[in-house]
Amino acid sequence: MTKEPSPKKENFVNVFLEEVSRSSLTIIVLAIFTGFLLGGILAAGTTPEIYDAFEVSFGKGISESLKLIWETYSSLLMGSFGNPSKMIAAVASGETKALQAAFKPFLESLVVTTPYIFTGVAVALGFQAGVFNIGAEGQLYMGAIMAAWAGWTFKGLPPIVHVPLALAVGTLTGFVWGFIPGWLKAKTGAHEVINTIMMNYIAFNFSEYLIRGPFEDPETPFKTRFIEESAHLYRFFEGTSLRLHIGLFIALAVAVIIWYILYKTTWGFEFRSVGLNPYASKYAGINSSWVTILALSLSGAISGLAGAVEMLGVNFRQTQALSTGYGFDAIAIALLANNHPLLCIITAILFGFLRHGSRVMQINTGIPIDIISILQAFIIFFIAAPAIIRTIYRLKEPKPANEPV
Amino acid sequence: MAPILELRGITKRFPGVLANDHIDLKLNQGEILALLGENGAGKTTLMNILYGLYAPDEGEIIIKGKPVQVKSPTDAIRAGIGMVHQHFMLIPVFSVTENVMLGEEYTRAGGVLDTMRAANKVKEISNQFKLNIDPYALIEDLPVGLQQRVEIIKLLFRNAEILIMDEPSAVLTPQEVEELFKIMHNLIAQGKSIIFITHKLREVMECADRILVIRSGKVVGEAVPSSANPKKLAAMMVGRPVELNVQKETAKPGKPVLNVENLTILAKNKKVEVDDISFEVRAGEILGVAGVQGNGQTELVRCLTGLMKAESGKISILGKETTHSDPREITELGVAHIPEDRQKDGLVLQSPIQDNLVLNTYYQKPFAKGIVLQKDAIIKNAKNLVRAFDIRTTGPGVPVSGLSGGNQQKVIVAREFSRPIKLLIASQPTRGLDVGSIEYIHRRLIEKRDAGCAILLVSTELDEVMQLADRIAVMYNGKILTIVDADLVTKEELGLLMAGITTKISAKKRKARKVREIVT
Repeated sequence: MTKEPSPKKENFVNVFLEEVSRSSLTIIVLAIFTGFLLGGILAAGTTPEIYDAFEVSFGKGISESLKLIWETYSSLLMGSFGNPSKMIAAVASGETKALQAAFKPFLESLVVTTPYIFTGVAVALGFQAGVFNIGAEGQLYMGAIMAAWAGWTFKGLPPIVHVPLALAVGTLTGFVWGFIPGWLKAKTGAHEVINTIMMNYIAFNFSEYLIRGPFEDPETPFKTRFIEESAHLYRFFEGTSLRLHIGLFIALAVAVIIWYILYKTTWGFEFRSVGLNPYASKYAGINSSWVTILALSLSGAISGLAGAVEMLGVNFRQTQALSTGYGFDAIAIALLANNHPLLCIITAILFGFLRHGSRVMQINTGIPIDIISILQAFIIFFIAAPAIIRTIYRLKEPKPANEPV
Repeated sequence: MAPILELRGITKRFPGVLANDHIDLKLNQGEILALLGENGAGKTTLMNILYGLYAPDEGEIIIKGKPVQVKSPTDAIRAGIGMVHQHFMLIPVFSVTENVMLGEEYTRAGGVLDTMRAANKVKEISNQFKLNIDPYALIEDLPVGLQQRVEIIKLLFRNAEILIMDEPSAVLTPQEVEELFKIMHNLIAQGKSIIFITHKLREVMECADRILVIRSGKVVGEAVPSSANPKKLAAMMVGRPVELNVQKETAKPGKPVLNVENLTILAKNKKVEVDDISFEVRAGEILGVAGVQGNGQTELVRCLTGLMKAESGKISILGKETTHSDPREITELGVAHIPEDRQKDGLVLQSPIQDNLVLNTYYQKPFAKGIVLQKDAIIKNAKNLVRAFDIRTTGPGVPVSGLSGGNQQKVIVAREFSRPIKLLIASQPTRGLDVGSIEYIHRRLIEKRDAGCAILLVSTELDEVMQLADRIAVMYNGKILTIVDADLVTKEELGLLMAGITTKISAKKRKARKVREIVT
């Protein structure tokens, strides 16, 4: 450290995190419930037919609304999990084709869930060490494009070498993208929230430059070349339209590894100590600069890996103006999971399934996909609302009475 | 005459705790009533009820014979009740008058501030009660003692009849405390009434008209100072007989353990915090550092423990230079540190007791093998220390935030004392603790000294320094004014030194070690 940390007031980010971490499971469950409730009302409120029904009679309006909400959510569920009757029929018939078709929504939801697990864990890891990584999106971008580069540049490698190599390149790029704001924070005190956001812009624009410049496919403008076959991640249903790939299991493994590091190793002890009380950590001889740098770098590495896995498992080439949103939703995923890597798997599944199901919902009911974004926003809002209010007004929750001695 | 304030059967329950249990209290006009009790006895809860911050579950508040509802501080102020908080609520860059009228600004036509009229009233109040405050002085230029008077003026400005003072002496020098007591007597002489909250027996004996002792939320006794006995009061307060005086043998100093030479420390803004000081601490002795808060002690300790950089000078521990060492290197030399702000620096409050007990040894055997933590060893260590240091808890997995202040301090003491240590740097080790915990920590410190540990004790409690230390260094304005044998100096002399007045220390050597009567 070049500087003595000033006895600063609790800063906004810390207050916010502390508040969010206090919210109990009950609050989270209620928030999800209320989010769906309001989402439903909003879906009804934005449908002109409902107003027509209300003009006929109040009862008709209500029943039409309920019908619409039912349709909305049932198509959302079918979109994300599949149609139960089809699934049962497929299992009964035992035909491979029918089975694949029936379970496709579920398997596709898992494909969408995969990057969410990575980025959710990445952001959670940062939070645990007291750093707010808003740059997961940019780290994912850079990881993706550099993995793609490794995917087409090396030719003639066997997959067993090529895939790990491309993944490593993506991971390393993310690592560097996280290291820079981490280093800046530790050495100059520059706030990581600002710097990770700035790194996002650099990532977006730099990758755009690469796509239109050196990485551009001569045949199709505004797109990069395709990666070599040898760099493709293993797909479980090769030759079908099912895209489920090994990346899901890499993501699960990363979640477990990060959980192990955080809760079972001295590194994790240092991360969590610095995250909870940087002053006491310094007192205890923990090198908090190192922890900050490492936490942001690792967080960036995981996000970079997320991008690499998407590239090698799903996209195979990078296209211009690609906006994933995975890195931003990751903040919500981590907060919902109380920054616990294993709980991130569950909240990532929630987000992944909502995201995939909402596409089907839009096709079937005409309810715009944005309703789901709003619904997600509601959920986050309700979890954070008491926190935001208390943060703005600098109020402390009444402390629980101490045990009398 | 009817009492000006009466509380009847006040009861307040918090989850799992009965904070106030049918408390009855009467305050007569023109008296100082002391509420004496340990931390957590329920004094502050009671006063917060009176001040409208909490609603009582049962009981009533009667002011001048009439029951009143106090639902907020605004109600309390309207009823003539004012509170001087332990931490002042002043804006440093504002003048006295601006602070006083904040929230009740005098205005001329058109909403223009009428500072002049407010200043005159401040002046008037200051003269009436002999407070000696310049209405136009900036708060940041005033010493703490005067800032406290501004707080008092704020209440008088709002016509408070009943003044509640929450541990008012905690931040003052002994001389300032004397001044405060004079002011309190001026106030009551002119018809104000005061409730004085404290856990310091000496102050109660010195200035109260009546004493109400509170323990575990109940009133356990009442006394008048003229006929009260400190020992009995202390026993009443704690609920068992207490040894007020520290029993210790004469020190047998050994080799120097800590050497400080010409140490200078600058604050971030280049202000000199510690100014060219030199001293040494030997094995088996306690060097006490006395001084009013903010005279460089904090920076000295932070520098010795590696938390702050020295500008110049040299620090060595056991012959090894540590001027530029980091906290871990210093800890590994066998240095223990009880930090001044235990909640900020000493503990990770949300973490369980077991993790806090290995906060600076988690990476060593047997708590870690390589980078893998050994949870069994950590829990076993915690169980042993919880037992050995009598930490009152339901289990080692409980977050430290759930412990009382005294038990939190025990966690730190347990952690620091459970390692083989050669030097202990203890900063305000008993601040805010109750009599029982203070007694315990003092005993542990003496034990460590007798075991040959060198101890640097920094405390703003003069009584504590005088009781524990073998030699006393007085810090003022970043300098060590003098280092004297604890036996050769009186409290008055130290008090003057703490205020920066160097007088000749009386050389009269007291032959027998006189046991000091006075307690924290």
